[in-house]
Amino acid sequence: MIKVHAVTKRFGDFVALDNVSLEVPDGSLTALLGPSGSGKSTLLRVIAGLESPDSGDVEVGGQQATHLPPQKRDVGFVFQHYAAFKHMTVRDNVAFGLQIRKRPKDQIKAKVDELLELVGLSGFHTRYPGQLSGGQRQRMALARALAIEPRVLLLDEPFGALDANVRADLRAWLRRLHDEVHVTTVLVTHDQEEAMEVSENLVVLRDGHIEQVGAPCEIYDRPANEFVMGFVGPVSRVDGRLFRPHDLVLSDVPADGADKATVERVLHLGFEVRAEVIRDDGERVVAQLTKAEADALELRDGSTIWLRSPALSATPLNA
Amino acid sequence: MTGNGLASRLALRFIALAYLAVLLLVPVGVVFYRTFEDGVSAVIDSVTTPAAISAFWLTLEVALIAVPLNAIFGVFAAIALVRGRFPGKRLFDALIDLPFAVSPIVIGLALLLVYGRNGLFGEFPLDNWIQVIFSTPGIVLATIFVSLPFVAREVAPVLREIGDEQEQAAATLGASGWQTFRRVTLPAIRWGLIYGVVLSTARAIGEFGAVSVVSGKISGETETLTLLVEKRFQNFDLAGAYAASALLAVIALVTLAGMTLLNKREEDTT
Repeated sequence: MIKVHAVTKRFGDFVALDNVSLEVPDGSLTALLGPSGSGKSTLLRVIAGLESPDSGDVEVGGQQATHLPPQKRDVGFVFQHYAAFKHMTVRDNVAFGLQIRKRPKDQIKAKVDELLELVGLSGFHTRYPGQLSGGQRQRMALARALAIEPRVLLLDEPFGALDANVRADLRAWLRRLHDEVHVTTVLVTHDQEEAMEVSENLVVLRDGHIEQVGAPCEIYDRPANEFVMGFVGPVSRVDGRLFRPHDLVLSDVPADGADKATVERVLHLGFEVRAEVIRDDGERVVAQLTKAEADALELRDGSTIWLRSPALSATPLNA
Repeated sequence: MTGNGLASRLALRFIALAYLAVLLLVPVGVVFYRTFEDGVSAVIDSVTTPAAISAFWLTLEVALIAVPLNAIFGVFAAIALVRGRFPGKRLFDALIDLPFAVSPIVIGLALLLVYGRNGLFGEFPLDNWIQVIFSTPGIVLATIFVSLPFVAREVAPVLREIGDEQEQAAATLGASGWQTFRRVTLPAIRWGLIYGVVLSTARAIGEFGAVSVVSGKISGETETLTLLVEKRFQNFDLAGAYAASALLAVIALVTLAGMTLLNKREEDTT
C-alpha cells in the first residue's frame, strides 16, 4: 500500500503538486495519467524519494517514508530512458542491487538467471546495454528493479522512448508480468490508451491536482469533468455538450430529434470509420461508426444523413 | 565526381598532416635527433649527473603530489559544478579557470607575496613550521595552481552528458553515495578523468614560469627538469639541454602509455 497525504511540491514558482492525496492498494497496477506538466512524474518521484515534498506525508508499505532516502524505501524504479549502467554487462546491471546488499554469490546468480528468464533475456548475460535494442534495455531495467524484490515498482513513462509496435508488445507483456509477480505497481504515462490497456486503477492528473480516480472503464464512461472526458478518449461537441463520437447515431432516414447533416469526409481506419459531418445549421461534428454500420448506411463524401445525439451518454458528471 | 572527392579528401588529409608535422613533429623530432647526435653514451652521461638525477626525482615527486590532488579536487569540483546547487556556483566556476587566465609567472610572484619572507604570513611559517618559498612545498603549490583546471574541465562535460539518471537508479537500488560514485559515476567519467590526468601531468612536469619564481633554482635541491634545461641552455651546454628535454618527453610518453594501459585493464575487468 502506498499512501500519499496532502503532498505539495514546488519548483521555483511552478507548483508541480498541489495538496495531492492518493492511496494505491496493495498488489494493484495503477496508472498516473495526465498531460505534461500535470505533476504525474513528480508524484512518482516523491513516492520513490527522488524528490522530497515541500509538505505532506508519504507512506510505503505501512512505513512512514517521507524522510527516508530512496536507498531505504525498497522501491524499484524504472526510467523512461532506461538509466542502464552502460559500463556493466546485463548480468551486472541486474545483480547491482543484490551486490550492494551483499547477498551470497550463488544466490545472486540464481536470482539473475531467474529474472533474465522472466523478462525474456536469457543468454544475454554478457552483453552490454549498448548492444541491446530499446525494448530489451527496458526489460533489463525492469529485471534490475525487480531483483531487489521491492515493495513497490514505479515506472516513469517506461515505454515512452520506444517504437509504437514495441510499445504495444511491452504493454501486454507488462500486464502478464504483473499477473505473475503481483508487486504493487505505479506507472506514469501521458498516453491514455496505454493507461487504459495496462492499468486496473487509473488516476487522472492536471496542473498538480488529481481530477479523478477509478477503474479505467468507470472513468471512460463516467468522467468527472470535461477535462477528464477529453483526456481519456475522443470527444465530439454537439449543442455545447460533449459526447463520445461512437455514441452519436447516424441514420439515412429522418427520425425524431435528429438533425439533417451532410457528410464532409469519411475516414476508413480498418474496423473503425470516422465521419466528419456538417449539420445544416453549420455545426461540425465527428461521429465514429463500425465498418458494418458505415457500409449499411452507404456512407460517402457528400451523402445526406440524420444525426442524433443520445439521451444517455458518457457525459461529464458536472456538465 | 568520385575521383574529385577522393582527390580533395587526400589533399585535405595531406594539409592536416603537414600542418601537424611542421608545428609538432619536426621540433620534437629535432630535439631527439640532436640529443642522440653525439651517441648514446654522451646522453647517458648528461642525464646521470647528480644535478640531472636530482632534477628528475624532484620533477617526479612534484608531479606525484600535485596530479593526484588535482585529480581528486577536479572530480569533486566537477560534480559540484554539474550536480550541485549552491550559492556562488558561478563564481566557483569562474575561479577554477583562474590559472588559465593568469600568466604562470604572475602566479609564482603571487605565491612569493603570500609565503615569502616579506609576504603575508611574514617569517612565521619559516620559523615555526615549514619553508615554502625556495623549497619543494613552494614548487608543489605552484604546480598545483597552474594545473588545477584540467581534470575539472575534462570531467564536467562528461558528467553533464551522462546525466544523473544512472545515479538515481543506483540510489533506488540501495547504493550509498560513495557506492554510487565508485561503481557508477567513476566508471562513466573514466575517459574524461584519464584525459584530465594526462593533461595535468604534462602541465605539471612541464611547468616553468611559476616554478622558476618560487624554486630558487638551487642545483641538486630545488631545480626541476625544466629549470635544468633552461640553465644548461643558458650555459651553452646545448647537448645537455637536449638530453634533459628528451627525458621530460619520455616521462610524458610513459604517463600517456600508463594511463592508456590502466584504462584497458579496467575495461577488461568490467
